[in-house]
Amino acid sequence: MSEQLLLKVRGLRAEIDGKEILNGIDLDIRPGEVHAIMGPNGSGKSTFSAVLAGNPAYKVTGGTVEFHGKNLLELSPEDRSHEGLFLSFQYPVEIPGVSMVNFMRAAVNAKRKYFNEPALSAGDFLKLMRRKRAIVELDNKLASRSVNEGFSGGEKKRNEIFQMAVLEPRLSILDETDSGLDIDALRVVAGGVNQLKTADNSTIVITHYQRLLDYIRPDFVHVLYKGRIVRTGGPELALELEEKGYDWLKQL
Amino acid sequence: MNSDKNTNAGDIIQDVTSGDYKYGFVSDIDTEIIPVGLSEDVVRLISAKKHEPQWLLEFRLKAYRHWLTLTPPTWGHLKMPAIDFQAISYYAAPVKKEGPKSLDEVDPDILHTFDRLGIPLEEQKQLSGMAVDAVMDSVSVKTTHKEALAEKGIIFCSISEAVRDYPDLVKKYLGSVVSYKDNFYAALNSAVFSDGSFVYIPKGVRCPMELSTYFRINASGTGQFERTLIVADDDSYVSYLEGCTAPMRDENQLHAAIVEIVVEDRAEVKYSTVQNWYAGDREGRGGVYNLVTKRGLCRGDYSKLSWTQVETGSAITWKYPSCVLAGRGSTGEFYSVAVTRNYQQADTGTKMIHLAPDTRSTIVSKGISAGRSENSYRGLVKVTPAADRARNYTQCDSLLLGSHCGAHTFPYVDVMNPTATVEHEATTSKISEDQMFYCAQRGIPAEEAVGLIVNGYAKEVMNKLPMEFAVEAQRLLSLTLEGSIG
Repeated sequence: MSEQLLLKVRGLRAEIDGKEILNGIDLDIRPGEVHAIMGPNGSGKSTFSAVLAGNPAYKVTGGTVEFHGKNLLELSPEDRSHEGLFLSFQYPVEIPGVSMVNFMRAAVNAKRKYFNEPALSAGDFLKLMRRKRAIVELDNKLASRSVNEGFSGGEKKRNEIFQMAVLEPRLSILDETDSGLDIDALRVVAGGVNQLKTADNSTIVITHYQRLLDYIRPDFVHVLYKGRIVRTGGPELALELEEKGYDWLKQL
Repeated sequence: MNSDKNTNAGDIIQDVTSGDYKYGFVSDIDTEIIPVGLSEDVVRLISAKKHEPQWLLEFRLKAYRHWLTLTPPTWGHLKMPAIDFQAISYYAAPVKKEGPKSLDEVDPDILHTFDRLGIPLEEQKQLSGMAVDAVMDSVSVKTTHKEALAEKGIIFCSISEAVRDYPDLVKKYLGSVVSYKDNFYAALNSAVFSDGSFVYIPKGVRCPMELSTYFRINASGTGQFERTLIVADDDSYVSYLEGCTAPMRDENQLHAAIVEIVVEDRAEVKYSTVQNWYAGDREGRGGVYNLVTKRGLCRGDYSKLSWTQVETGSAITWKYPSCVLAGRGSTGEFYSVAVTRNYQQADTGTKMIHLAPDTRSTIVSKGISAGRSENSYRGLVKVTPAADRARNYTQCDSLLLGSHCGAHTFPYVDVMNPTATVEHEATTSKISEDQMFYCAQRGIPAEEAVGLIVNGYAKEVMNKLPMEFAVEAQRLLSLTLEGSIG
């Protein structure tokens, strides 16, 4: 425990439209760790990721979140991003007419501005794009297309990991990145995530299924149920869930 | 606890779309303004000040007398207070300072004004591919690159000079596309028009640079009534751009212009507008009433006229740049982005009149409404019995930013030839909270996100602008929707 925590969540509660979804979450994540959060539909997995990222549709009603020592809940969504929090969306939204190149340039330069760095030149930016594209085998054409417009399910998810590669976050939250992926796309996406892994950055993998965890090995597995973490274990917990399903939770 | 910065996307869009106007300054320039009011004497006075020939005075007087019989049109989806036409001064001109100066020398204060607007009038400072006619209030103060253009036989000058130097051309074409009888504001303009640009491209000449007119209202209590006439002779090509701004004032100022374009055989004219007249403040006080008649006649076979407009300014916009497709196989295009915010109102669109066989027209209209504004597309596609195999494609999209604004579509289709093909597509959409959050998660601040999304939405039209202006127009579109986030 000597190492500083990257993320420290204490008693986090949140609601949407007056309905409480998160019911007091505690979670510690250290640099370099991979945490899987599993649980049945409606247990609050996606809400947890949305609240961490600062989605204004959710209201935080209690608890604290520290992100490398900063009070995360006081930061705007864009500042959370600049500080190194990245959310890979379950359903990436389409933005017609806005090319991926322009979109990512706006994102990269907004972050540089936040850290008082000059904007990247067009040449340097395109070099960066090319380098990062290779990680998820995203072709050039995709990068010049409008953000997620007309992308297949697999392309959208690869595009999310591509953005993650460009922004180099400290904490990546992968919200059901495996949903809607065939096995080949899953391999590419997971391969990208693993390539981006370092001793300093951390990952939260939100998933229903053990399948993704065959590719992205978690250090910890948490079971979320009714807005709380009800069990925590190692990778073997995911296998147990695969075997037993989630019905046993109802007896808790 | 819940962060104060977590305002909802609707509030952010509201803030972002009510930002300030950057061109609202007033220049302290000695200006001669004639007393307010309109009468035959005023029409005569304007004509006399401009040393006009008798035929033009008569043209003005006929228009004035006809105007007296008309009432302002009320069919637009606009709430417009009655304009007191006797409370406006119809002529305002910067006074030339005394002293031994060459004819071409311009008052440094005026140069400074245009510099501040990003339109340097010294030729060496300009973009190389562009010539500018700068019009302040009622007169043209400077036209650049005239000599270089003259070498190719191209005439680019103020319409006052054209009346003096090329009377036959002006007499032949003035009023030939937009008659003074056309409508109330056209009659008014024909009676009192002050200045504007004249362009003539001779046969077979491809104009080597963009021609551009920059209109600036500076004086208060006046209106601007400019008149532009463009003639493209056989097999010629020209790309023309107009830009406009005005100071911020509490009063409403009237801008009633006419643009006439004649396109001969196989000639092509591209006319682009970036309209950024002062739009009034957040409460809807002040702003320019932009009541404009623009029409082109594709008289020649296989001629082509393309209108592109980016409308971001004016309290009220009432304009329908149109194409009369009289030449066989001629083509008309209309690409429009109209942005309204705060209490702005726009009723804009086009008319495509197919008179000849094999004529084609394309209409792409993108409306963007924010605040409490009202944004209407009004368009007519008319196919006459002679227009065999005429084709029209219309796409009409509306983007709503917020829930207190209005977007309306009034398409009129009048087809009298069974071989014609007419298509119409329309969509209405909103910037979703999901899109805003997606951008925010990637670190893109709200105002920049709205700018990106809006520019993406308008891309199809923005791509039609000449390169030199596309960047500027994109910036304007973002700036227009930018503001301080509370």
